[in-house]
Amino acid sequence: MKTLTKLALAASVSLASTMTLAADKTLNVYNWSDYIAEDTLPTFEKETGVKVTYDVFDSNDVLEAKLLSGKTGYDVVVPSSTFLARQIKAGVFQKLDMSKLPNHKNLDPAMMAKLAELDPGNAYAVPYLWGTTGIGINVAKVKERLGEDFPVDTWDIVFKPELAAKLADCGITVLDAYDEVVPTVLNYIGEDPKSQDQKVLKKKVAPVLDAIRPYVRYFHSSQYINDLANGDVCVSIGWSGDILQAVDRAAEADNGVEVAYIIPKEGAGLWFDMLAIPKDAGSVDEAHKFLNYLMDPKVMAGVSNYVWYPNAVPASKPMIDEEITSDPAIYPTPEVEAKLFTFPVYEPKFDRAGTRMWTALKAGK
Amino acid sequence: MKGLNLSLLMGAGKRLVMAVPYVWLLLFFLVPFIIVLKISFAEAQIALPPFTDLVEFTDDVLTLSLNLFNYIDLYEYDLYLTGYISSVKIAAAATFIAFLIGYPIAYAIARLPEHSRNLALMLVILPSWTSFLIRIYAWIGLLKNNGLINNFLMWLGIIDEPLIMLHTPFAVYIGIVYAYLPFMVLPIYTNLVKHDGRLLEAAADLGASPVESFFKITLPLSMGGIIAGAMLVFIPAVGEFVIPELLGGPDTLMIGKMLWNEFFNARNWPGASAVAVVMLVLLIIPITIFQRYQAKEAEEAERG
Repeated sequence: MKTLTKLALAASVSLASTMTLAADKTLNVYNWSDYIAEDTLPTFEKETGVKVTYDVFDSNDVLEAKLLSGKTGYDVVVPSSTFLARQIKAGVFQKLDMSKLPNHKNLDPAMMAKLAELDPGNAYAVPYLWGTTGIGINVAKVKERLGEDFPVDTWDIVFKPELAAKLADCGITVLDAYDEVVPTVLNYIGEDPKSQDQKVLKKKVAPVLDAIRPYVRYFHSSQYINDLANGDVCVSIGWSGDILQAVDRAAEADNGVEVAYIIPKEGAGLWFDMLAIPKDAGSVDEAHKFLNYLMDPKVMAGVSNYVWYPNAVPASKPMIDEEITSDPAIYPTPEVEAKLFTFPVYEPKFDRAGTRMWTALKAGK
Repeated sequence: MKGLNLSLLMGAGKRLVMAVPYVWLLLFFLVPFIIVLKISFAEAQIALPPFTDLVEFTDDVLTLSLNLFNYIDLYEYDLYLTGYISSVKIAAAATFIAFLIGYPIAYAIARLPEHSRNLALMLVILPSWTSFLIRIYAWIGLLKNNGLINNFLMWLGIIDEPLIMLHTPFAVYIGIVYAYLPFMVLPIYTNLVKHDGRLLEAAADLGASPVESFFKITLPLSMGGIIAGAMLVFIPAVGEFVIPELLGGPDTLMIGKMLWNEFFNARNWPGASAVAVVMLVLLIIPITIFQRYQAKEAEEAERG
């Protein structure tokens, strides 16, 4: 009887202590949808005892509106690099405590140097995954319209009106993100992709887009994944990982559609999705633990294997499937990499002019 | 003495009950509106929150800066004007279509035997038991190129190539009319069901044909219901965001969508607030008309 009471007491005590432990160690993460491996979070929870609440978003704009309103309740968020830069300026994030991030040394120094343009001294964020903004095509349909041997690795197939006209009937789609399309056009016409000159926008960028507007079926940032895979559209300006998903889905469906992702020879936009900790985060320690965990080569190899986006931890590469690492559409060759450019961080005035040009363009006005 | 206390208490209770809607309006309309109005006079900046303060207190000087730029800008940037006009047009046309469909439905229900009216009304309201968003998504499945309607028509052999219906103004009209039809039917029904049947009998006795008596008696008498229904459809339709976003194409300009762009894509909170304030001011006109008619209706009802 006595032992029984003791046992019960001990049990209740240990129960209470685990309960307080659980209550103390929680972490709220806000990440992109479909952007983590299945076992990433469970393994982290098991290793650290931190309970993770994981929410997802599907647009930088929505994340930014939440961050700017303050008190999101999230401890780790994942904005794209240019958005991050603006949010750092706005004072949304706290500086990372490098002493709690021993894995920081695993990050690719070349990439960190590029990122320092947006996040001076790499003080506020670490890269999670990265990708490019290029073109997805339906191989057979494009060949049928442009000729068997036509070199498709060029922005011409979207931005040259006479080529776009030939492709219009099978469907051209454009990302609904002016802040990525405008730099892409600037780069294509040989201007500085980072230009924030409203005159250049009006006189040089708008005419290119206006000329192809009649051939664009829609402007959207996710719908093209399905439509490319089903063969409903045949040329899409889109994000590498999304188009590679379409490649995968089309192959799985075995519907006779072959999709390919192209980084055009003129160069393409390069972006990073960044892990950062909001100023008003409640679980700062746990957030650092999570960031440190996500710079572990083994963990990141798992994530890249699952989502088909490259990461910024070079030591993870040997553990990633060769199918992924040998694909130049995912891991660009050094020559192509040299032509990739990062997107600019727009000033509010240019932002307004750009959005309006974009709204007018979409409306066909 | 006791009676006096009671009546005092009842008076207080009455005032309390009457205060509820006012407190509601104050908390959920006036306060948010003042906040939006305040932001509309600020300037966008990269900060937290992303706009400037109106009132500043430095060195014992209180400065109040009202930035009218957002309103001037709205006026000067003609795409907004186009957007407002196109929203009002789309909403007005959709309201008219909803009236053309809704009136016969309401009329038919009002003429049903009393015991089956409730069932018919139920059928009108029933679709709203499913989430609004899901019902609009269902229309995507119906209208898209390889959707139900196109596949069915092609199976019948009526068309060879799919009709492009999704992402067109046509789809937006379908969405608005479909979503707001119950708001047209219900007020018209409530009005029609109160009509005195003897008026029609008298008209018939005096030699009026059914069509004549409909246009001379039923339709004018049901004006209150029609206006109530039209306002209940028109007012939310002007600011509609979800339907043009999901069903409309890039060339379907509606102010709700433009407001979203200004807020989320341009990150221009003051500009977006100015758009919202102007939209509200525009809507005050139909809302006042609606109020006037409602007051008149209530008065008439009191007079019996």
